[in-house]
Amino acid sequence: MNWILNNVSTITDATWAHVWLALPAIVLSFVVAIPVAWFASRFRRSRFTLLLVAGLIYAIPSLPLFIVLPLILGTSVRSLVNVVAALGLYGVALMVRYAADALDAVSTDALLAATAMGYGPLRRFFGVQLPLAGPALLAGLRVVAVSTVSLVPVSALLGVNSLGMLLTDGFQRGILAEVASGIGATVVVAVAVDLGLVGLGRLLMPWERAAARRDARRTTVEDEQAVAA
Amino acid sequence: MNFLVAAWEWLADPVNASGPSGWGARTVEHLWYTALATVIACLIGIPLGYAVGHSHRFRTFIVSSTGAARALPTLGVVTLFGLLLGIGLEAPMLAFVLLALPSVLAGAYAGVEGAPRDAVDAARAMGMTEWQILFRVEAPLGMPLLLGGIRSATLQVLATATLAAYVGAGGLGRFLFLGLKTQNYAMMLASSLVVVGLAIAVDLAFEIVDRLVRRSFPTGVGAAV
Repeated sequence: MNWILNNVSTITDATWAHVWLALPAIVLSFVVAIPVAWFASRFRRSRFTLLLVAGLIYAIPSLPLFIVLPLILGTSVRSLVNVVAALGLYGVALMVRYAADALDAVSTDALLAATAMGYGPLRRFFGVQLPLAGPALLAGLRVVAVSTVSLVPVSALLGVNSLGMLLTDGFQRGILAEVASGIGATVVVAVAVDLGLVGLGRLLMPWERAAARRDARRTTVEDEQAVAA
Repeated sequence: MNFLVAAWEWLADPVNASGPSGWGARTVEHLWYTALATVIACLIGIPLGYAVGHSHRFRTFIVSSTGAARALPTLGVVTLFGLLLGIGLEAPMLAFVLLALPSVLAGAYAGVEGAPRDAVDAARAMGMTEWQILFRVEAPLGMPLLLGGIRSATLQVLATATLAAYVGAGGLGRFLFLGLKTQNYAMMLASSLVVVGLAIAVDLAFEIVDRLVRRSFPTGVGAAV
């Protein structure tokens, strides 16, 4: 406990460094995965290949990727660009599958109706398909976010500052409280990012809550009617 | 490109390949860790998942605890157990089992739970006992999902087994950490490529088994996907 109280500033610094590695990677995963998923769901034949490639990328162990990627990107092993790119690559690989499923699940009727109303392909995608796929996309992004946050610590093995530094430093110096606080703070960041995404979803998709409330009300009314009958 | 050539030369050099600390032996060790952790996770996860899936009890507990376990940083669990249990194989093995367990548990549970109600009711109406229902109806129907869970568990452990070397155990991670300390990029890249190759080979092996399983249980849960 003493270690934690004496090192509050170290923990907060590491937490912020952690957040600033994870957030860009999560945003990058989403922004890159959407067009790829659109391609996979628009051109059915490419779907199998794209998802297979995504699966193989996800199978690459993280520590080797952190080391190999700089050789391809031309950055140094400890560069933040390298870490964000590696985290983003995993995020994209995971997100593509969720996003392709989410876009596929949008009802064909809605898309045909939009076309019949004179929507062009671009407007139809951004105005109809993307918002309707929103809840499923959010569910996928939440998984990606949590896995990204819990992957960041591996970069500490290369000497990049994040909550992972508490794990490596604590292990080398034999301070149990430091390792435990590193694990705890990582979980806290994961939960915070997850809650942030849920909040963002409520803000961007207000109709979802309205629909849920309406459904809930309808069920209660039906239940009461059933009881009365 | 130079690095790739250097890595290839490193792999081809018999000094690095053979002997008890060569990459050949380390690869076997790496696969052994992976298999052991996955088997232990299966021994715990499959009965537990089947029990929950069959009885439809403690569902929320399983779903939320597997979700929480995924948020744990594996490096943290490895170092924590490393400090508690000391240098050796016990600490990383415990961490790997913990890492593999959620996927196995979720696969076993979802497969049994998702078995069509009609089939389960029909089996019960035919006079099957609960054990017969579980092992002759629900388990075969859930086989593809269970296999999917074991597959992702195995790949996760295979990828993470490099961390075992950080707390003094063996495996292909040895070369990664040695290379990091000595700035030997050829050694790091070479051993990374071996791990990536192993991951792809294991994934493909599972793909083949998956197709065989789906052929033997054509009406299984998720067969249409």
